[in-house]
Amino acid sequence: MTLEANSHTLATLDGRVGSLRPFLEWLARRAEPLAITLFAIFVGLALFSLFIALIGRSPIQLFELIYAGGFGTWFSVQNSLSRAAPLLLTALCVALPARLGLVVIGAEGAVVLGGVAGAAIALPLVGDAPAPLVWLIMALAGMLVGAVWFGFAGFLRHYRGVNETIASLLLAYIAIAVMNHLIEGPLRDPASLNKPSTAPLPPDYMLGSIPGTDLHWGLVVGVMACILSWVLIEATSFGFAARIAGGNVRAAQIQGLPVGRLIVGFTALAGAFGGLAGMIEVAAVQGSANASLAAGYGYTGILVAFLARHNPLAIIPVAVLLGGIDASGGLIQRRMGLPDATVLVLQGTLFVVILFCETFYGRFKIFNPDLWKRSA
Amino acid sequence: MEATGIGVWGVPLAIFAGAIRVSTPFIFVSLGEAITERTGRINLGLEGTLVFGAMTAYAVAVMTLSPWLGVLAAMAVGACFGLTHGFICKFRKVNDIAIGIAMMQFGLGLAFFLGKPFIQPAAPKLPAIAFGAWSDLPPIQAVLNINVLFLIGAALALFLWWAFRNTRVGLILRVVGDSSDAARAMGLNPDTVRLLATAAGGALAAIGGAYLSLYYPGSWNEGISSGQGLMAVALVIFARWNPIGCFLAALLFGGAGALGPALQSVGVTKGYYLFYAAPYVLTLVIMIATSSPTRSLAGAPGALSITK
Repeated sequence: MTLEANSHTLATLDGRVGSLRPFLEWLARRAEPLAITLFAIFVGLALFSLFIALIGRSPIQLFELIYAGGFGTWFSVQNSLSRAAPLLLTALCVALPARLGLVVIGAEGAVVLGGVAGAAIALPLVGDAPAPLVWLIMALAGMLVGAVWFGFAGFLRHYRGVNETIASLLLAYIAIAVMNHLIEGPLRDPASLNKPSTAPLPPDYMLGSIPGTDLHWGLVVGVMACILSWVLIEATSFGFAARIAGGNVRAAQIQGLPVGRLIVGFTALAGAFGGLAGMIEVAAVQGSANASLAAGYGYTGILVAFLARHNPLAIIPVAVLLGGIDASGGLIQRRMGLPDATVLVLQGTLFVVILFCETFYGRFKIFNPDLWKRSA
Repeated sequence: MEATGIGVWGVPLAIFAGAIRVSTPFIFVSLGEAITERTGRINLGLEGTLVFGAMTAYAVAVMTLSPWLGVLAAMAVGACFGLTHGFICKFRKVNDIAIGIAMMQFGLGLAFFLGKPFIQPAAPKLPAIAFGAWSDLPPIQAVLNINVLFLIGAALALFLWWAFRNTRVGLILRVVGDSSDAARAMGLNPDTVRLLATAAGGALAAIGGAYLSLYYPGSWNEGISSGQGLMAVALVIFARWNPIGCFLAALLFGGAGALGPALQSVGVTKGYYLFYAAPYVLTLVIMIATSSPTRSLAGAPGALSITK
């Protein structure tokens, strides 16, 4: 096969330019996830094209519309970026526990409760406190509630042995019921008629736009959260301990690492990011807490995290890509008459294919420097 | 509504009726998942299968005017979903839980995409048997109007319970679930057994979906399932992979789900939305109570990743 032929070339090349070897090894290891992910995206797009062609539509036109609606103009780029903003945070919600080997997927719960907590704590303060202070308090409240909600799933995992995937999903459904209870009952603004919500924040208490754009500050917060998470995982001893525990819990315990605290800490941090996403949605987009908080950001975040292979820096481009696909949904609906769920089918197809392609890791010699010599 | 005329007895009666009505999808999904998990594989994608089954059953029933053809079509597509899941999980390094989440999103997306034209038309419904014909009271008649799928589900639970213990197929499923090596030593291919078990699980989950769209609530829309497929997966763990346990647990869940509407029917509306959370809270409490950090659960298949 060509891949093996390539590894032959690499190996003979290595004989001549030995000093290049460390660089080539580094390159090969780095290239593997990128190459496999790109291959998976290509296969996913091909399968989706086949589906679109089977129902008698043009996949080329569809991809053109996705490009136009997501990235074609400055307006659509801004639209994609604003949709990416909450995804950055909800993806971290999945990616951080994943570094510990946990599949936590109930980010939606942290988002809705973070939003409700932010709105509930802001409303009594409006008028008495300056806006920046209110935002800070809102953010802290949202993060705290999200952290408790998710940390509980982590706690149950470690100290009770409850499967975290199912527990976090159940918690998400419970969170949505609690939100509905609060916005239909104790926190309901009587003026909100057929769309129950809390009282709206006054306009000067809304998080504004980044100057010169229509983008709200949530995007900056999300990007910073991703960078901070990357530093935390890659450059601190806490992150190093987490990666060990994620690799092998027994080994981590033998090393005397506080696995329980790591698990609760990481899930709580993840939940804090989810709660922050909800708070930003309230303070920058909705203006009040209402049922729109459960718009599915938590679920798209799962996809973003898996696409990015739980790497916080990779989350940034992936979130923008999926934000763009989301943003183009309306255009596809108008121009091609396809249902708005078209983008869901595309996302689902990509998700399945990308997970399937995990099986290719370590199978190709070109990506595995340890095997280069033997083939030479 | 059912409470009028019989006073406070309306509440337990409404919960009983609700338990039967709400539990049916849980019965099918959990029995399907029990078959799959017994072979050591977990399929979290059943939520997507359930919703896709609901859409397929409704669409086929609208087009052919036969609800039973709808159920059969749902079973066929459910089996296809299961086969896909089973096929993908056969490869090494592929995580069955993650694939389940992906298949769930794929199934939901595809169901919403293909089901768009069927939100308006009305489909013929599945029949119910009027066990309450002896009574003069309309509320009792309404309660004892039991749908056919519930009865089939109950019979299926009994049959599976018997089959797991006493048949060759049941033995094969259990051996594969407990140890892939033991299965190979017996000359069985664990991958094939798991593939077929996942397909069977998908087919049963899709029947649960068909019940939602063809009986109760009896229409197709995008919000038709609120996590029944996922809760049924948790329910299997609670039921200790025992089909009779699955049936009883489904009834319990159905009753919890019917609590809110039953109280509302007698005028208790405070905290109405919190009662919606009752089945989820119940599931979580049961999982906490029955799990342990130090040992795997009694009766758990040895090859099942979720309980390790």
